[in-house]
Amino acid sequence: MKNITTILNREFASYFTTPVAYVFILVFLVLSSAFTFYLGQFYERGQADLLPFFNFHPWLYLFLVPAVSMRLWSEERASGSIELLLTLPITLWDAILGKFLAAWLFTGLALLGTFPLWLSVNYLGEPDNGAIAASYVGSWFMAGAFLAVGCCLSALTKSQIVAFILTGTVCLLLVLAGFPLVLNFFQDWVPALILDLIAGLSVIAHFMAISKGVLALTDVIYFIAMIGLWLTLTRLVLQAKAAD
Amino acid sequence: MIEVENLTKQFGSMTVVKDLSFELGAGSVLGFLGPNGAGKSTTMKMITGFLTPSSGSVRIQGYDIANHRQAAQAEMGYLPEGAPSYEEMTVAAFLKFIAEIRGARGALIRQWVDRVTDTVSLRAVLHQRIETLSKGYKRRVGLAQALIHDPSILILDEPTDGLDPNQKHQVRQMILDLSDQKIVIISTHILEEVSAVCSRAMIINAGEIVLDDTPEGLCQRAEGHLSVSLRINGVSDEALSQACSQLPQCGRVALINGGGVRVYPAEALKGPLAALQALMKANHWQPEWIQQHEGQLDEVFRSATGGRLQ
Repeated sequence: MKNITTILNREFASYFTTPVAYVFILVFLVLSSAFTFYLGQFYERGQADLLPFFNFHPWLYLFLVPAVSMRLWSEERASGSIELLLTLPITLWDAILGKFLAAWLFTGLALLGTFPLWLSVNYLGEPDNGAIAASYVGSWFMAGAFLAVGCCLSALTKSQIVAFILTGTVCLLLVLAGFPLVLNFFQDWVPALILDLIAGLSVIAHFMAISKGVLALTDVIYFIAMIGLWLTLTRLVLQAKAAD
Repeated sequence: MIEVENLTKQFGSMTVVKDLSFELGAGSVLGFLGPNGAGKSTTMKMITGFLTPSSGSVRIQGYDIANHRQAAQAEMGYLPEGAPSYEEMTVAAFLKFIAEIRGARGALIRQWVDRVTDTVSLRAVLHQRIETLSKGYKRRVGLAQALIHDPSILILDEPTDGLDPNQKHQVRQMILDLSDQKIVIISTHILEEVSAVCSRAMIINAGEIVLDDTPEGLCQRAEGHLSVSLRINGVSDEALSQACSQLPQCGRVALINGGGVRVYPAEALKGPLAALQALMKANHWQPEWIQQHEGQLDEVFRSATGGRLQ
């Protein structure tokens, strides 16, 4: 446990010694606000809630989260520091969890930076703050799932650009899984059970369920299982090709 | 104690390390010598637990690296090839991180960082980012992280690569200072380094140990060890070489470019000097000059690794 926090602290601090953190947080805040007010018609709707804000999160995360996760292992591979890290007396899980949690806390921090929106909506009306809190949690879990995907894919390559593109693509598939675009493709030739499974993989469906204010166990389990699965895959990838 | 048994590593169909075995006790400095791609780094990566061997075993102070990886890794300090680190960190933050991971807590962290900062002279750059440092300093940061927990075993992959002669001397002196209590393995392709710091040297070629001896022992295996070069007043080199090759103590005889003859021993460790002196005395020859040679490591290295001209 102590090893995980030591790695977490180092990773977390390293975001702020480079421009990455500031650029990310700035872009996230600017884009999420722009989407909310222009595309989401925050004022025009005349409703005191943050749905127009949260609705865009899956799309925003599609390219912002890979930008955070791409360096997790690719950078270690490229600089050779992976050899240093993995010959320290720690387990692979220590390293994976420390890195993942640092990235996840970092996106959480960016998310917290949007609190003025929450203040505004409370000033303008009487929103359902429970639903907003649930949405924040849901959004954070969704970011976590994307980060876990990115963690695994960045372990595959020393090129951060490759990691970015792969992660973006896989996350896009996960987002689209519940959409007719994907489901229609499978509809005619796979059994209904599998079709349900594919639809059930959809990040959006689970996120929307949470952002309606219902923090259902199944949705939370879905995100935790996603994170667990992709981090386990990360471990397999590292075991198989740490030194390549 | 390091025990390496039948260590083998294959990448696909290529065998990079073949059936390597050796043991090493406290107070020894082992030098891995070999051309690039001989398998030195791969061997070190397996000893430190970064790579899993295809077969064979490594035991570090009794801990098997396969089953007790963390316990074995805690005993070792490792400088990987190229001295990688987290370059966006300051030297102090980086060393503090390593100290913490290595198990130091509270005041001990400070103590460890302080001690190692002095050992490798990093005080002046302690609060600079590693990426801004010169190559020599980066290498020293790498050494510092390997030494920080005062490990009983040090594995250093090309510790002096890229350093200037003064820095090289410093690092070698440091290794010598540390070596009486510890086990040190260094890899290098700088031959003088082996004579300077190692108590034992292994020449590795194509993944196999071809020679394993003390540096002096290795030098004695050179063809030129105890060979003699000489020139005689008033005697042509051709006639001299003719006369020399009659002696049973003399092996190959070669004409030296620019004048003189070099006589190699017929049998290792039995130089022809005495026989040549007797020959000169019998013929009343006066030498213009005469010199006996010690074996050179680079000669042994080239003949052992087959690298004459490839």
